Amino acid sequence: MSDLATPSAANDAGNRRFDVFGFLARYGTVIALVLLVVFNLAYTRNFATLQTLNVNLTQVCTIVIVAVGMTLVIATGGIDLSVGSLMAISGALAPMIFMGTIFPVGNIYLAVAVAMVASILVAGLFGLFNGWLVSRFRIQPIVATLVLFIAGRGIAQVMTNGNLQTFRVPQFQWIGLARPLGIPAQVIIMAVLVAAAAWALHRTVFGRSILAVGGNEKASELAGIAVSRIKLAVYAISGLCAGLAGLVVIAINSSSDANLVGLGMELDAIAAVAVGGTLLSGGKAAIIGTLLGALTIQLVRYTLLANGVPDAAALVVKAGIIAFAVWLQQQHRV
Amino acid sequence: MNSARLVRIIGTYGVVIALAALVLFGFLRYDRFLGLFNVMSVLRYNSMFALVALGMCFVIMTGGIDLSVGSVAALGSVASALASPHGIVAGLAAGVGAGLAAGLINALLVTRGNLMPFIATLATMLAASGSALLLAGNQTVSVSYDSGFTAIGQGNFWIFPIPAVIALVAYAVGSVVLNYTSTGRTVLAIGGGEDASRLMGLRTDRVKFLVYVASGCLAGLAGVVLASQFGAGQPIEGVGWELFAIAAVVVGGTLLTGGSGSVLTTLAGVLLLGILFNVLNFENGMGWISLSAYWQSVIRGLFLLVVVLLQARLTARRETA
Amino acid sequence: MTAQPDQAALLLDMRDIQKRFAGIPALADASLQVLPGEIHALIGQNGAGKSTLIKVLTGYYRRDAGQVLFERKPFEVGSPHQAQVSGISTIYQEINLVPLRSVTENICLGREKRRRGLLDWSAMHAEAERLLSRFSIGIDVRRPLSDFNTATQQMVAIARAIGFSARLVIMDEPTSSLDEREVSVLFSVIRQLKADGVSVLFVSHKLDELYEVCDRVTIMRDGRTVRSAAMSDIGKLELVAAMLGRDVAAVEGHATAFGERDRSRIGDVLFTAQGLAAGQLVRDVSFDLRRGEIAGFAGLLGAGRTETARLVFGADRRSAGEMTMEGASYHPARAADAIAAGMGFCTEDRKAEGIVPEMTVAENITLALLPKISRNGILNEARQKEIVERFIRELDIKCSGPNQKVRELSGGNQQKVLLARWLAMNPKLLILDEPTRGIDVGAKAEIQRLIRKLADDGLGVLMISSELEEVMEGADRIFVLREGVRVAELEGQAADEEDVLAAMAHGGAAKEAA
Repeated sequence: MSDLATPSAANDAGNRRFDVFGFLARYGTVIALVLLVVFNLAYTRNFATLQTLNVNLTQVCTIVIVAVGMTLVIATGGIDLSVGSLMAISGALAPMIFMGTIFPVGNIYLAVAVAMVASILVAGLFGLFNGWLVSRFRIQPIVATLVLFIAGRGIAQVMTNGNLQTFRVPQFQWIGLARPLGIPAQVIIMAVLVAAAAWALHRTVFGRSILAVGGNEKASELAGIAVSRIKLAVYAISGLCAGLAGLVVIAINSSSDANLVGLGMELDAIAAVAVGGTLLSGGKAAIIGTLLGALTIQLVRYTLLANGVPDAAALVVKAGIIAFAVWLQQQHRV
Repeated sequence: MNSARLVRIIGTYGVVIALAALVLFGFLRYDRFLGLFNVMSVLRYNSMFALVALGMCFVIMTGGIDLSVGSVAALGSVASALASPHGIVAGLAAGVGAGLAAGLINALLVTRGNLMPFIATLATMLAASGSALLLAGNQTVSVSYDSGFTAIGQGNFWIFPIPAVIALVAYAVGSVVLNYTSTGRTVLAIGGGEDASRLMGLRTDRVKFLVYVASGCLAGLAGVVLASQFGAGQPIEGVGWELFAIAAVVVGGTLLTGGSGSVLTTLAGVLLLGILFNVLNFENGMGWISLSAYWQSVIRGLFLLVVVLLQARLTARRETA
Repeated sequence: MTAQPDQAALLLDMRDIQKRFAGIPALADASLQVLPGEIHALIGQNGAGKSTLIKVLTGYYRRDAGQVLFERKPFEVGSPHQAQVSGISTIYQEINLVPLRSVTENICLGREKRRRGLLDWSAMHAEAERLLSRFSIGIDVRRPLSDFNTATQQMVAIARAIGFSARLVIMDEPTSSLDEREVSVLFSVIRQLKADGVSVLFVSHKLDELYEVCDRVTIMRDGRTVRSAAMSDIGKLELVAAMLGRDVAAVEGHATAFGERDRSRIGDVLFTAQGLAAGQLVRDVSFDLRRGEIAGFAGLLGAGRTETARLVFGADRRSAGEMTMEGASYHPARAADAIAAGMGFCTEDRKAEGIVPEMTVAENITLALLPKISRNGILNEARQKEIVERFIRELDIKCSGPNQKVRELSGGNQQKVLLARWLAMNPKLLILDEPTRGIDVGAKAEIQRLIRKLADDGLGVLMISSELEEVMEGADRIFVLREGVRVAELEGQAADEEDVLAAMAHGGAAKEAA
């Protein structure tokens, strides 16, 4: 119809009763995390050890690294299904470079440096491709990133012919195995990334623009924000994060199997983002929330495993958590 | 005939043309390509994907998506393998029943919980995967060979593999439902405009519910075929099936945004992608090229890309018209 | 009011309808009476309540009070579809059908014909063709609806209504996307409906058309029905006057806070536009603006004012016309270009195009300002705080603080936030589209005073307003738009209200380009 005289419902000053859903939506993850920790302290043996902490953090790291990029993409109202495949590509490319398969290796440090930079950049370029499909052709992000989801892993497999690459290159593997000050290197990397992303979202023009584009694209356009460029950038960043995560994974495993690297990662990342409170519809981004979300999911899995519940059941529980978390978010918005 | 109509015809029937071209290519190039053995093997193997793609087709036509089909098929295979000692009917019922349960969950999450289909079916996918592993005790479950259960997957109906017959019947029913029942027309209407459809009095929630349930059942059925064909229920099989299904549906000309599509072109899409794989095998056998099986995914991805770009063009042109 | 028709003979009788949304009345003492076989016009400005009244009738909303009788029986339905089944069909402006589906389906779905349990397509195609042929439309009903233009799609919507045995067909702005020839086809269809005993409720702002085809008219304003009469009993000028509240019988003392204008403050020419055109809604608009001047854009709904503003701001692509800004040729490809040239645009629809709901007041105010409150891409919190607090103070934005989420503010305060966004840019030319809509009286006055002050300080202001007093008292020059053409340029504050109304109603002396 041509017009509708609906005044803003927010005008209702009488709506002051305690907003259960709002409270849960904001603090639910933290509460869940605290409850889990408490439960484990009480019931799980050897929980309060540095080792347990390290084990959990390590497993969570790669997910969080990918999820940071995913958070930015989702904040613009999009999604990136290709991250797992991009991890496979970077994980396949790096060993080929530093082991001299592509060109002869002079200095190992140089080779490692080139390998890392090149792999991450290549993943970023593929991410840029995703962004190009979304912004230039207005293809739905699910569909656009589906292309690389399907083809990307195939590219990695073709590159390596499905073969396992094993290696022992400490100059490279430090990012997965080193422990400066007793903390695993990838945890430090993850922490730096999370801090940088959180900072950027709140303190830079770029971060503000991302939230604006996801919150109201038309208004952003009218306010002079370069919407297309923002979209290109976030998908590229997501690719870069995936590239980095791929390197960490193969470093930890001392091997790279294009069939397995990053398998299922997109789901884990999306789950972390959703549980962490970032709205799937865009406009809001909770980087710290993503970290907490990933930790919560990991802790649930650990809690179940440590208490004898089969891993498979953890999957079911994970599914339930995701559905519940998203549903909770939606109630709050309405 | 104006250009919009021409584009639409190519979009819809292009896959059939491409399929015919591919078959011709194979026939000319390889011995025994159109031989009975090869044809029936291809049909038998791809029946499972065909079933899954059928369900996916309906879901996509309503503008939704079902990411759980692969995992549900795995769950179905495990359930039917476990029930197989009790006979064909038991095995069928268990597998389809598992699919039904998953479909119900999806349907409820989408229509009652108002979750985006993407998230809802993502959750179900994980749950189904986990359930499959739990049921199977983390290993493959052999089917019983004594009860005749394997006839479903390995038997023939005259010269035709039974799975192919099942798939064919499913597609025939699907086609009739789509074209000759109001439920089918409502499916398309929802994808073309859910609010408008509701305003027109169509039962949008009921039909959306049905569509997800059907997708689950078909995935479960595919799982039954999987178990009986390969002799075991496999909890980790099914990975990537949803992608194959989506690709087949899209390549067949159905719009991913919903509202337009055809059951029969989806079948053509399944055959196209399946025969592509077959051709690659032959090609490798001839030694001219050594395209590994990994090129499959790349090619499928490229196909999808081309089709998606074309569809984007189509939609853009329609909007400016 | 003119004598009401005999109650017993009425097809539709709505009386004393009340409807409130969250405590705010949208309808109060609204009424509508339609005879059988009558073409009845329903008119009123934006927010007058026409849409709400129709939504109440068709079951989209529940009324709070009042009675509705249809065919002399109480009428209560829960959805537009139920209304259709009961004999009242609505043809929406956006053609609420499914474009990807065939014409036949759009006509017959919901009323399918079956044979042995399955859909009988040949019967349905035949039915669709039959219904369309009554209006002399012969198209291939198997093709998708989107293959056809808007005019034909409308016919399909009408055919669907007839198929559902409508006794009353409501048409919402049916001619907005039609050309002259298509309009006359539509009118012959409407006359055919009347001949068949079907009544048509015609919602439109195009006065010429109403006079051509309607029998009676009901005028709404501010949620009430102010007048109802036979078309032959009321002249165009009277009609417009009643719509805008120039009712002699109900004098309302409007005064604005614009105050006296010091003409000497007006500077040289800042902006010119020549022959602007785009699509159906903007056909030929020319005007210019001087520094320190307030140009008021007056016109009825659909005159093309907002669309023209969007062309000026580069938000839409123009198909013809030239513009200059500060003497230099100006051709914006996007909003960012306009902003770089020193323009600002406070949009009409703040929810869809204005506020970013999840962001805070501070973030919304500084949305267009980001390059200026940052260095090397990093935001300068202090600078942001300074600017935001200044504007919260100056515009008296009622919020719990700069960090409150903007969606929690009232509509009026949200509007102030948007104004602040553009004022913070220090623009040279500011476009304000309905700047005081939905704002309380006190805030209205503040904003009007502010606009005057901005102009005094040298800002060029292009103000679109549907409130006549704002235009009359605030503008230095008034440009009247009618159906996409600038038809009159009048001197502000000294202009005769009659002249402005006449221009809006007839087009004044200027004739529109065909």
